[in-house]
Amino acid sequence: MWVASRELATRWCVANSRQALSLVLDKISTLVWCLIQPMTFKNMAKKLLGDPINRVDGALKATGRARYSADIKRPGMLHGVLVMSTIANGKITAIDTADALKVPGVVNVMSHQNAPKLAGMDKNKPSEIATDRVLHVFQDDLVHYNNQPIAMVLAETLEQATEGASLVRVTYQTQPVKLPLPAGKADMSTPKQMPRVDDQVDTKRGDLAAGLAAAINRMEETYTTPTMNHNALEPHALLAYWEGDKLTMYNATQGISGCQKRVAEIFGMPKENVRVITQFLGGGFGSKGTTFSHVMLAPMAAKLTGKPVRLVLKREQMFGMVGNRSATVQRLNLATGKDGKLLATAHHSITQTSDFDEFAEPAGTITRMLYACPNLDTTHKFIRANIGTPAPMRAPGEAPGVFALESAIDEMAAQLRMDPLAFRLANYAETDPNKDKPFSSKSLRECYRQGAERFGWSKRPAQPRSLKNGNYLRGMGMATTVYPMNRGESTALVRLKPDGTVQVETATQDLGTGTFTIMTQIAAEVFGLSPDQVTLSAGDSIYPTSSVSGGSRNTASTGSAVTQAAQEVLKKARQMALKDPKSPLFNVAEAEIVVQKGGQLQQKSNPKVGEALTSLLKRNGNKPLEATVQSKQGDEKGKYSMNAFGAVFAEVEVDELLGEVRVTRLLGSFAAGRIVNLKTARSQVLGGMVWAVSMALHEKTVFDPRNNRVMNANLAEYHVPVNADIQEIDGFFIEEADDIVNPAGVKGIGEIGVVGTVSAIANAIYHATGRRFRDLPITVDKVLA
Amino acid sequence: MKLFSYAQATKPADAVQLLGAQTQSKFIAGGTNLVDLMKYDVESPDRLVDISQLALTQIDATDKGLRIGALARNSDVAANALVMKQFPLLSEALLAGASPQLRNMATMGGNLLQRTRCHYFYDVSQPCNKRAAGSGCGAIGGYNRIHAILGSSPSCIATNPSDMNVALAALDAVVQVTGPNGSRSIPILDFHRLPGNTPQRDTVLEANELITAVDLPTTAIGGKSHYLKVRDRASYAFALVSVAARLAVENGVVRDVRIALGGVAHKPWRLPDVEKNMVGKPATETTFRSAAKALLAGAQPHEHNAFKIQLAENAIVRALQTVS
Repeated sequence: MWVASRELATRWCVANSRQALSLVLDKISTLVWCLIQPMTFKNMAKKLLGDPINRVDGALKATGRARYSADIKRPGMLHGVLVMSTIANGKITAIDTADALKVPGVVNVMSHQNAPKLAGMDKNKPSEIATDRVLHVFQDDLVHYNNQPIAMVLAETLEQATEGASLVRVTYQTQPVKLPLPAGKADMSTPKQMPRVDDQVDTKRGDLAAGLAAAINRMEETYTTPTMNHNALEPHALLAYWEGDKLTMYNATQGISGCQKRVAEIFGMPKENVRVITQFLGGGFGSKGTTFSHVMLAPMAAKLTGKPVRLVLKREQMFGMVGNRSATVQRLNLATGKDGKLLATAHHSITQTSDFDEFAEPAGTITRMLYACPNLDTTHKFIRANIGTPAPMRAPGEAPGVFALESAIDEMAAQLRMDPLAFRLANYAETDPNKDKPFSSKSLRECYRQGAERFGWSKRPAQPRSLKNGNYLRGMGMATTVYPMNRGESTALVRLKPDGTVQVETATQDLGTGTFTIMTQIAAEVFGLSPDQVTLSAGDSIYPTSSVSGGSRNTASTGSAVTQAAQEVLKKARQMALKDPKSPLFNVAEAEIVVQKGGQLQQKSNPKVGEALTSLLKRNGNKPLEATVQSKQGDEKGKYSMNAFGAVFAEVEVDELLGEVRVTRLLGSFAAGRIVNLKTARSQVLGGMVWAVSMALHEKTVFDPRNNRVMNANLAEYHVPVNADIQEIDGFFIEEADDIVNPAGVKGIGEIGVVGTVSAIANAIYHATGRRFRDLPITVDKVLA
Repeated sequence: MKLFSYAQATKPADAVQLLGAQTQSKFIAGGTNLVDLMKYDVESPDRLVDISQLALTQIDATDKGLRIGALARNSDVAANALVMKQFPLLSEALLAGASPQLRNMATMGGNLLQRTRCHYFYDVSQPCNKRAAGSGCGAIGGYNRIHAILGSSPSCIATNPSDMNVALAALDAVVQVTGPNGSRSIPILDFHRLPGNTPQRDTVLEANELITAVDLPTTAIGGKSHYLKVRDRASYAFALVSVAARLAVENGVVRDVRIALGGVAHKPWRLPDVEKNMVGKPATETTFRSAAKALLAGAQPHEHNAFKIQLAENAIVRALQTVS
């Protein structure tokens, strides 16, 4: 019965239809379902919701044995402490280092007066890659923003370097300061490109004016979001040392390979001479994806002093030189017809960049594709301010942009007296209206349905201000969430050893999300092995080049490379078997050979015929089989629109007399292709939702209005939620098979938890109070009635 | 942070002597505030005198109430049975402050001397009369959302950040200190200062005086108490506004009341005349609101903190309603 059922299931699975499969499953027993479960898709099991195994490095982290970049030591190492500018615009006229150099143990002070000259300074400009930014590496005397690194004190101990840094006296010639948003709205210009170069800066679809004219209901509102800073728990840190012309860096980076390339090109040296190692990362959220100035300053100081140099940024130094999320001012127009269908949408975004570099927060890109709407305009403009250059920060563009869009959608639903979820369903985009292409998969309806059911959305009264709990008004809100599937180039080597274990090599870093764990799971699954039979060598640029951990792309990118390399090895094993007269699989057609649990090759139509991969390899020279695959996007990108979708539901309580908002319940449902590890994946979406609570209610970088100095550059006053702010929270995944999207079958999950959640909370506050908050964060002073 | 020397005292008198007349010496106990300030170069002592080993951690009943040693840890005080029974307001206020880790280190004396969270005080690149007398006030004309609305001066608009101090003000605490010229008792309302033109001085404590204990007098008339703290997140944030309230009501009429405000001034804000005025009035929202308005009379907002006036009024009314 098992065999027969499995064959039946396999046949259906090749047809690759969940619906068809479930029809089959209805007819067979639960016991059999258990037996056939690993065989769900195609010829090798690809579980749609992967095993929630513990992190491979969990014990190391929990016991403090994980060595982060700031933990690495070298004999003779010097400690660097940065001196930061205290003006926002001008020129350094003098740097007095006399007192600093008198501190015992201080060996040098590096500044523009003595810093090594860099051969690749012509490359110190923004490139097409969003993470290549203009760096401040002490090559001139100009100050472009407050808290810009301008000197570095080097000493034998951290304490000596710290004291020395406090004694460097700098004098300046100051220039008038260009203010950030919302004040500095003069001199707007159109960015040359968006961070994702495929995204157009401005778009037009249909005829907006005609759509507006034909509409019955219209709304226009402006939404504003503040500047924010990433604030990963782990500060930016590196140890750099030279051996001849070879540079080694233990660096906290989200992109080992990108960092290696960027450092090499600015030093003007071959990439091969730079080795970047990132054993563990304590988060980055985008601020470690870009190679920022400190990554050059430590090796420069190592060159200047001839000694290894460790540089760890102080918390306050993380507010300026390592990126920020741009503030936004966004104007939304929506117009609908009689049936509640959108007839016109306009989304005009103003963001900010620095006065020396261009990074355009792509706030309007999601609006182009989220709902069916025939007439649509989106534009992006930015202003220049004396601030550090913005950078991608968890869901760059999507997070502020969808806050505005999904708030506006909620406002229109209220105007129409339609249920907000029903309004969204009425405008469901069956195909991508921006690209005019089908979706590779889209399970948003199912996310809405299951999310609403679990949350109890049907209990939401239509009228705002109708729920109370003591001193609190209670409200429920929801929003759509979405994140594009991004995929970069990654290369992986997979080696199957005669002892049946597998080695994977790829440079990739683990941002803290579980990458190291899920790469082993991906490789193990291809061979039917258990993850503990796979060893991953990663976190080092000596291994094959891999993608950045940013834009939720690493599992799609490096995971695909690992999948393909493993499949390539498996193909070699199949061919070895069918050509080996001693193999039971001799002369069996290649397509007929499948791999089973435990690393067993079998004949598909006759599972009794087969052998273990180990015996095959032992007999064939007892040598490993290996393959290296460079994996990148193919023509599917031109044919399909590929995105993860979800729905987020929020319940809040608001004490209007004290201005207090608490998020009592958050629930997200997500469809993001195959989920490799349910445990780490759930952590990702919950973390994203917590991030959104932060964005909705807490986070704001505050600039002094006179000199653009960040006045809350510490975690006491730059607020993120604490445990007490997070009450009931849950996220779950809808099973979604997508064989188009990439070989790993995955879509990103690192950012989708953030995107819609911000507006779900804001919409719930509206439902509680009847008041609409269009300026983030929604703090006591604004809520106070 | 600059290098400093370190000495440990074993008796209060030795501590005072070790500190000596040097103005660049500081006592250190829990260090939860001083070490932060040293890291930011706001405080740059040459010498630290460690008082953490002094025998000043006792919490004892006295004939007049309770004596809490200056080195009793905030977490121990908050959990102390005598405190919880007789002065739950203090326990509530302590638990509303900081985090468990900080409360495990912070002492009563240190909390009394906690310095302002004004952004300009903490950033040595910015002017601040409290940190560098005569350099100006960065907060006036700068970012002043967390700043004072009452009792400020043209030289300083900083607030006292402590939750504990607000409760102590409502509890009529008395601070016991010792110094080269002997010991003295300072009523809590006189302990902290308004800034005037010498904002560098937070309290009336002399440079070489050591706090030894805090006395809490038993109240003549019982009642209920509540510490209400309004902040930007549910925990681990300084008060935007806080209210320490004690209220005794008989037959619907106010018999005794104490109201102290935090987050609004350079010291816990209490007006005994307003409290006296409430006695004999019905314990209703009308009475509470008019008392709140009287407490806030003369409030002067700055660009970003005008909301504190309405917020404080609502918070006072809510705190009193909670205990009435």
